[in-house]
Amino acid sequence: MAVGMKKALPGYRLGLGMTTAFLGLIVLLPLAAGAAKAFELSPSEFLAAVWTPRTVAAYKLTLWTSFAAASINVVLGLTVAWTLVRYDFPGRKILDALVDIPFALPTAVAGLIYANLYIADGPVGRLLMPMTGEIAYTPAGIVLVLIFTGFPFVVRSVQPVLEDLDAEMEEAAMILGASPLQNFMRVILPNLIAPTLTGFTLALARSVGEYGSVIFISTNRPYEMEIAPVLIVARLEEYAYREAAAVAVVLLAVSFVLLIAINLLERRSRRHG
Amino acid sequence: MAEARRRRDPSYVKLPLIAATFGILGVLIILPLYQVFAQAFGNGVAAYWSKLTDSPETRHAIFLTLMVAPTAVMLNTVFGTIAAYTIARFRFPGRTVLVSLIDLPFSVSPVVAGLVLVLLYGKNAAVGGWLFEWGYQVIFAPPGLVLATAFVTFPFVVRELIPVLEANGAEEELAARSLGASGRQMFFAVTLPNIKWGLLYGVILCNARAMGEFGAIYVVSGRITGQTDTMPLRIEKLYQEYDTTGAMAIASLLTFLSLVTLALKAWLETKLRR
Repeated sequence: MAVGMKKALPGYRLGLGMTTAFLGLIVLLPLAAGAAKAFELSPSEFLAAVWTPRTVAAYKLTLWTSFAAASINVVLGLTVAWTLVRYDFPGRKILDALVDIPFALPTAVAGLIYANLYIADGPVGRLLMPMTGEIAYTPAGIVLVLIFTGFPFVVRSVQPVLEDLDAEMEEAAMILGASPLQNFMRVILPNLIAPTLTGFTLALARSVGEYGSVIFISTNRPYEMEIAPVLIVARLEEYAYREAAAVAVVLLAVSFVLLIAINLLERRSRRHG
Repeated sequence: MAEARRRRDPSYVKLPLIAATFGILGVLIILPLYQVFAQAFGNGVAAYWSKLTDSPETRHAIFLTLMVAPTAVMLNTVFGTIAAYTIARFRFPGRTVLVSLIDLPFSVSPVVAGLVLVLLYGKNAAVGGWLFEWGYQVIFAPPGLVLATAFVTFPFVVRELIPVLEANGAEEELAARSLGASGRQMFFAVTLPNIKWGLLYGVILCNARAMGEFGAIYVVSGRITGQTDTMPLRIEKLYQEYDTTGAMAIASLLTFLSLVTLALKAWLETKLRR
């Protein structure tokens, strides 16, 4: 597929023109307008907008709940992926299909149902109340919905790698006298590190920007239960457009760092795969 | 795959892991699915139906979602196919950058997507102000909802199609050209039929996300009851008004839709593997 195909196949100029025009109008120009709005602020005003006790509290809550949810998803995702790939049992195919529900279910629906289940007098909340206290309207509730929205990432990153793991490699290790534990630690685990990290980072990136599911189960109260996207909406509703854009720039920067990390990880796992 | 499953782990490893998997998916996914239908139909089918159809605001929200989502999906299908063809078939400077830019919406928070659209297409913003003078309102109106939905779901179709196009190769298209087919003939008679399952797959995923989009639409819609509320926004409003059954009724519709999406997806995956 050389450059020469530009002559052999039609539509190069038209295709490229329409692609950049559409992408420009719906994605790139708006993002540029957002950045321009944020940088209408002078550097000191920008700093004052993005670094206040309220914004710092929001970043902290966003980051720690996202990290907690993505970490828990590593454990849950590895368990589920391992079981779905290596064992045969009734219901396996249905469970496998259900893994994608968090991708297909609208986030507002997820938030609504989770809040409904985990409030103090909800069906699950009532059971957990004596042990954990109320889960909805606390940071634990935020972590819970973020576990849900990020759940498929680790499973779907690890699953293909587990499937491709060479059965012969394991058998060879066994024949050479490796114990099952050694086999797991030396043969299987090293192959799972890169895809697990990819899934973790994808879940993290998704959680940092999540809005729809969280607002249902959070009180959204400033300083306590306000995640960064909720803060942006609050600024917007005060017509503080520049300040909203400034916080958005911070959130975008976090997303880009995670995006670069994901790309590097995927390149790495492809090289090893 | 079958080979992997034949490997035997001792049952004291295997059984607890299977139980754990049922437990994890049961609590995280199956219980919430059960709950939405149990709540929605808790007072019987008649009550469910009246929750969905009695309020003009809810009816309008359903109508709006059925207008906005397909429009955005159609835009992304047309431009996504063009983009995928361009990227898969030609090599040009900036191609890798273009691929990353197409992926961008997946890593931007929906709220940020909505915000930047307001900052360009709002009544007081550069492009929006100009359009407003010509009598077009974008933000706080249905066109803004379409834009926001298209922003958030743009990567789905492109990402599905690029690998399919690359796997197919350009030989058939080149053959069609050398036999004298026009560009249009080649595209509709060769390119499109070869990617139809991949395209459908991308469209279905795009549509599921479009119907359920919340954050971006929350920002650009202004949430005007009976005017710019889509189904997910209506759910939030009913929830705020403590009408949980009403919220659950709409939620059950969207949940049903996502179950259909997954079924279609599973069916298409067998087609694509072929």
